[in-house]
Amino acid sequence: MPVVDLAATTVRELNRTLHGLAEGSNETDWEIRNPRGAHAIAAGLDAPLTVTIDGPVGYYCAGMNKLATVEIAGNAGVGVAENMMSGRVHVQGNASQSAGATGRGGLLVVDGDASARCGISMKGIDIVVKGSVGAMSAFMAQAGNLVVLGDAGEALGASIYEARLFVRGAVVSLGADCVEKEMTDEDRIILEGIVDRAGLAGEVSPADFRLYGSARKLYHFNPDHIDGY
Amino acid sequence: MTARAQTPPRPAALFDSYAISEIHRAAATGIYDIRGGGSKRRMPNLDDLLFLGASMSRYPLEGYRERCATDVVLGNRFAEKPIHLKIPVTIAGMSFGALSGPAKEALGRGATAAGTSTTTGDGGMTPEEREASALLVYQVLPSRYGMNPDDLRRADAIEIVLGQGAKPGGGGMLLGQKISDRVAAMRTLPPGIDQRSACRHPDWTGPDDLEIKIEELREITDWQKPIYVKVGASRPYYDVALAVKAGADVVVLDGMEGGTAGTQEVFIEHVGLPMLAAIPPAVQALQDLGMHRKVQLVVSGGIRFGADVAKCLALGADAVSIGTAALIAIGANDPRREDEYRALGTDSVAYDDWHEGRDPAGITTQDPELAARLDPVLAGRRLANYLAVLTLETQTIARACGKSHVLNLEPEDLVALSVEAAAMARVPLAGTSWIPGLA
Ligand SMILES: Cc1cc2nc3c(=O)[nH]c(=O)nc-3n(C[C@H](O)[C@H](O)[C@H](O)COP(=O)(O)O)c2cc1C
Repeated sequence: MPVVDLAATTVRELNRTLHGLAEGSNETDWEIRNPRGAHAIAAGLDAPLTVTIDGPVGYYCAGMNKLATVEIAGNAGVGVAENMMSGRVHVQGNASQSAGATGRGGLLVVDGDASARCGISMKGIDIVVKGSVGAMSAFMAQAGNLVVLGDAGEALGASIYEARLFVRGAVVSLGADCVEKEMTDEDRIILEGIVDRAGLAGEVSPADFRLYGSARKLYHFNPDHIDGY
Repeated sequence: MTARAQTPPRPAALFDSYAISEIHRAAATGIYDIRGGGSKRRMPNLDDLLFLGASMSRYPLEGYRERCATDVVLGNRFAEKPIHLKIPVTIAGMSFGALSGPAKEALGRGATAAGTSTTTGDGGMTPEEREASALLVYQVLPSRYGMNPDDLRRADAIEIVLGQGAKPGGGGMLLGQKISDRVAAMRTLPPGIDQRSACRHPDWTGPDDLEIKIEELREITDWQKPIYVKVGASRPYYDVALAVKAGADVVVLDGMEGGTAGTQEVFIEHVGLPMLAAIPPAVQALQDLGMHRKVQLVVSGGIRFGADVAKCLALGADAVSIGTAALIAIGANDPRREDEYRALGTDSVAYDDWHEGRDPAGITTQDPELAARLDPVLAGRRLANYLAVLTLETQTIARACGKSHVLNLEPEDLVALSVEAAAMARVPLAGTSWIPGLA
């Protein structure tokens, strides 16, 4: 397995190497040592690689990821897996703000907590946070699923569109136009599938979660809903 | 009773017919007025400046014979592949969604024929516009609609949009009637709903974060593409300085005259700075940092004629960008369809309900029948013609001022017609050596 030591190599060289791997290259498993909080590590990957990072990463680790699996053995800075398209990103520690922001596909798993704005503007990604999420999470969330095993901070799902928010613990407050919803069979199947993919099958029960989503009152401008704007 | 002399009807300056009709409209609907286009009020603008031309002490160039170059390179600070434009006029970002597919294609065709770039918008990149545009700038907006790394890699440059001159501090809005199935799918939204684009970026706040965001975009694209930062004109000195500090290759500065696809009237008319007031502090910031001409400045907002282009360049911009004028060039506000504008309660000159999607010219619409009215090949040709005229006019002025390159125009070539314009543009009041506020 190729090992890249960021004490000796720049992030720029690392990313160029990962982007430049020929299609079908058999160097698919990479280990990154000494990340020391550097930014944009493994950003823009576009191949079915597995990249393991031995320590904490800075902003935008695995940003816009496609196809790759990125394993972070540490905490992650702002915007981990932002705008992810597909693949899988796993943070073994905590994640800072805007984890999985605008993500369009793939799965982001955070073992610890995620800070404010987790899943902001999400567009199809699935996010599983085993701890709690901070304020303004899933703000303007358009599509995809956020699964929180712990609690959620203030203004969860403000101005949400069609994303589903499953929270097992307490929610401090719901944001504009976000309401609790009855969980249908379809919702339950979706939740089970994500829990399964996150490797939590048998450990958590969908029945313990509550579902939040859009009241759809802000979908058309209406002076009678002015408090929502 | 003797008849007394009648007082003639006297409308109040403040409560004029517009104010009264707007109050009635607000009372009837309970919602603010939304429209497209730029500010309609009169304010100090580029028309308040004049060129001095050559004289005893300045030597002009021969029109048509002596070369007056117009090419501009954008983004040679960090990017491995800077943008080479043949003319100092680019096409501004306008979204597919706000504009029809054929309109976007026409902009690409016209820009390509003229040797310049066009720009995506709040809604992602369409394959048609990529194909039609030799040089395409891909916008990264707060909404991130349609954002994906493949398009980022397909782009020739990347533009991070912080704001627009029409609405600095505001997000976007596209009303339900324009959210067709295709527009909805590109934005990952349900069709037919009113869509609000965020006004803040989801994954960074402030200039220190922006620096890291730019680094990420460079990493994703292997440092190949120039990265522009677009700001609405509000605090141009600091915004430009901070954009430079954050690592921008190019700063795009959009004055309050600048058009929009649709936003609140109150925003369009009352927030932001006009170009005349915004360009000099922006140039000053670049000069103070030793970055003038190293980080290029592209300005936009209300550009119509070559004279406007020349004045922006003389004030220190490296290029200009046009939105509204490009739409008119491809056929918007078409007097030949006057009856149809009247049926919409307006006329071909005033028409600004671009957000409603019923554009008789088939440009600001998603209605397939209306959109089909625009022939992208013909419309692209018209845009190329118009861009050629802008360029020829700019060269005419530059030659008259004795410049062998349009970028050699300078503030020294300009005077102002009003005290306000002199103070804002930082050039002397005509016939004097007085620059209010400086001298
Ligand atoms: C129909 C239309 C759509 C626009 N869409 C966007 C957009 O998506 N993103 C953006 O940054 N600016 C957008 N703008 C603003 C233009 O990029 C540009 O700043 C402005 O049009 C310049 O002023 P002008 O129209 O007076 O030339 C839009 C403008 C118009 C007229």
